[in-house]
Amino acid sequence: MSDGRAARVLIGPLSKPVLPRHVKLRRDAARDRWTILAPERVFAPDAIALAVLQLCDGARTTDDIAEQLAHSYTAPKTQILADVVAMLQDLADKGVVQA
Amino acid sequence: MSAGAHIGEAKSVRAPAPIGLLAELTHRCPLQCPYCSNPLALEGVASELPTQTWIDVLAQAARLGVLQLHLSGGEPTVRRDLEQIVMAAAKAGLYSNLITAAVLLTRERLQALAEAGLDHVQISIQAPDPGNADGVAHYPGGHAKKLQVADWVREIGLPLTINAPLYRQNLDSLPAIIELAERVGAQRLEVAHVQYYGWALQNRSALMPTRDQVMRSADVVAQARERLKGVLVIDFVAPDYYASRPKPCMGGWGRGIINITPSGKVLPCHAAESIPGLMFDNVRERPLREIWLASDAFQKFRGLQWMREPCRSCAYREIDWGGCRCQALAFTGAAENADPACAKSAHHNAFTRLAETESSGASPPFVYRRPAKKRTVA
Repeated sequence: MSDGRAARVLIGPLSKPVLPRHVKLRRDAARDRWTILAPERVFAPDAIALAVLQLCDGARTTDDIAEQLAHSYTAPKTQILADVVAMLQDLADKGVVQA
Repeated sequence: MSAGAHIGEAKSVRAPAPIGLLAELTHRCPLQCPYCSNPLALEGVASELPTQTWIDVLAQAARLGVLQLHLSGGEPTVRRDLEQIVMAAAKAGLYSNLITAAVLLTRERLQALAEAGLDHVQISIQAPDPGNADGVAHYPGGHAKKLQVADWVREIGLPLTINAPLYRQNLDSLPAIIELAERVGAQRLEVAHVQYYGWALQNRSALMPTRDQVMRSADVVAQARERLKGVLVIDFVAPDYYASRPKPCMGGWGRGIINITPSGKVLPCHAAESIPGLMFDNVRERPLREIWLASDAFQKFRGLQWMREPCRSCAYREIDWGGCRCQALAFTGAAENADPACAKSAHHNAFTRLAETESSGASPPFVYRRPAKKRTVA
């Protein structure tokens, strides 16, 4: 048996976050909401989490995402970046985001 | 996981949309673990649902609001149509989870299942070392095969959960179980104290851990969670017998989970058949939506109206939903009573004493999980 130990994913401004293949962001028709499906977990993202996750394509950096959201919400980017990093770190610790 | 949406009127109690379906595809299994929660009366291969019925049921489940499908058993990989069932789940948009003993899998079959759209694999282990693991499962070579399959799961790129039931004989090895899950690259570890239903209930006095063992296991998990943050998610199912509050069994009866047996009976929980007098509908005879909303078995303990004291006036009644009906019946004689795991139950002290007595004695030999011998017609 080989050693498959993993390391913690740390999110910073230059990380390129993306949902792993096995995590699915889907429309849940029966409950009329968005849902994140993961092993033995169902998350219902709020509007802000959804806006962030929909920009996580593995190409954009966290900084790019914050830039875009700052533009959409006309809010200061530094504050948004801190919030986005904290949120994505929490999701990475839950196994919902990789980078 | 809250399922807030409502989908039409049930006869008496409104039902939220179900979120999970536990599909017991078969009761056949190459292992003989004495802590199995399957019923003592195992369903035979002749009564198993055909492929097309499962495919149809999965589509119905998705339309009803089910998001997650757990393919279980018995051992689901004994079914040669598992790839077709997984494909149907993917087509219906269900998130599919294969709960397997892994000993029958080949790399080619695992690859085929991944290509069919399987989302997640969960491999059970009995103990962290081959000697104890193969002894408990009564399957020589099983443990080594499980580790081999875990490697394949990672190589193929599927997410992996290691699942280990906890009981008296393996509880002190919990640190080694966690280490094993790390080493095989699992994203998630589920360590669950044995729930005493079916075969496990039969073996309760052999499996029951001591209070000290249980307390230590909670500490071990808390420390590992801290150390492995972001590396390994650890889900821990606490034992009932030394608790003071019951678990919200199935998240509440008929609130989120549907269990379908190999022959198609639809149950609110996998042990529900132990409750006499409940009528179970079958997916061969009635649409799943109707069964969920209106069947006798789902309505019987849904909501609050069935409750007696101390549940009826309890501040936690919509948090733990009175705990487990099957355990209430087995220990107190009435399914409507509070789960004896609750400190408010009149039976709670006797329940705790039983665990202390059973765990302090010598462990009797296991009764291994085996189908009843069929009488041969001469």
